[in-house]
Amino acid sequence: MYGKGLKPLSIATVAMIAVSLSLVFFYAPLDADQGFIQKIFYLHVPLAMTALVGFIIGGLFAIAHLRTDNRKWDAYSYVAIHISVIFGVAVLITGAIWAKASWGHWWVWDEPTLVSFLIVFLMYATYYPFRYAIEDRDRQARYASVFAITAGAFVPLNFLAVRMAQSLVHPRVFATSNGGLPGEMMLTFLCCLAAMALLWVTLVKFELTAKSASGQVKRLRRALDAPAPGGSSRIAPEVS
Amino acid sequence: MTPSRTAFAAILAKDLRSELRTLQSLPAMALFSVTTFVIFRFGLDRTSLSGSLAAGVLWATLLFAGVLGINRLFVAEREEGGFDAIRLAPIDRSVLFAAKVAALLIYLAALELVAVPIFAVFFLDGGAGLGPLVAVLLLTDLGLAATGTLISSMAVNSRARDLLVPLVLLPLVVPLMIAATGATEPLLSLGGPSYHRFGTWLMVLGLYDLIFSLVGYAVFDFLLED
Repeated sequence: MYGKGLKPLSIATVAMIAVSLSLVFFYAPLDADQGFIQKIFYLHVPLAMTALVGFIIGGLFAIAHLRTDNRKWDAYSYVAIHISVIFGVAVLITGAIWAKASWGHWWVWDEPTLVSFLIVFLMYATYYPFRYAIEDRDRQARYASVFAITAGAFVPLNFLAVRMAQSLVHPRVFATSNGGLPGEMMLTFLCCLAAMALLWVTLVKFELTAKSASGQVKRLRRALDAPAPGGSSRIAPEVS
Repeated sequence: MTPSRTAFAAILAKDLRSELRTLQSLPAMALFSVTTFVIFRFGLDRTSLSGSLAAGVLWATLLFAGVLGINRLFVAEREEGGFDAIRLAPIDRSVLFAAKVAALLIYLAALELVAVPIFAVFFLDGGAGLGPLVAVLLLTDLGLAATGTLISSMAVNSRARDLLVPLVLLPLVVPLMIAATGATEPLLSLGGPSYHRFGTWLMVLGLYDLIFSLVGYAVFDFLLED
């Protein structure tokens, strides 16, 4: 039942990514300062924004889980955080490449957004060992939701603290009212953001579909009295 | 239903009394912090510290010593069936959270009562910055107590207890440590204490305390269900 609409969604995502990439390479002007390498910005920043929003959405799903006590929301929360962590790895890698190309170092400590993102990523990376350490499934779901809510509140607070720890002279790309980007770059950027958001939604839906399908298979096997091959995952929640 | 204030006082008194009788956490925390100071003395190869180095050594030590106490905060509840007793008792469950935060706050304050003067004797030139440092210590302790209680209550019910508290708590308190060291650094600077952005950092600490006290209070009910 989760698979409904997955196909058109995937096609839309592929189309949007194709459009965005052609805009990035053929439409957006070259950056006067950094040249070609600046184009990684169109991948790096949308990925980061999508991952951060994904973490917050995972927290909102967790609130829904605690309020309704419906295990479905725990699965949603888990998948949202899972996909966002994967996006987070991509953000850190693209960020390091960009930093190496434009500043000459793989890692720069005085870029507050990069540092904040690393801390948020480390926080969410502990979600898996945390979940894994709790055996009882109901308790695991409840504790994971509490973790997701706490970490969701932590995200904005962390950005505030890291930003304040920097000297105030650091330039901000989006500080000015119109984003500080020329129109063509802005359009390309927004297209890329939409493409990454669509990719996130598709991957979340895909993983939920896969979980639901394997849950159904397991139930059918149980009905037939056949043992499941390999056993089930101990971390991931099941979707009914 | 027992009034919350009575229940709070009873749980807190129980915790303090059992700590005083067994001395499980506090001596270990104090001893750990003093030994860590000695290790820092040789690790950094400095006999006196000031500014950011002093703030970093002080807070890293206090945080890790605090983790020792946080690890043991719910062990008695878990092993002696205290969680079941609280579940059966006709009290609001958030009271347990409030009482544990208060107990942890007292442990941390007691730890700092020992560790901070020793730190000053070991590394600092004068005690001029220690007066205003009390405000930073109190606000940071409150944040550490709120997050520590929350994480500890979850970790104690898992398979990997002692592992989980440092693992999950450390990233969670990074903003707290940024603000605490930011406020402490000018207080311990070489030419006497200055108050550069002191108020701003105290406000960040207060905001952190407020947010995580409220989050803990709101979600603690769900951790006790079974």
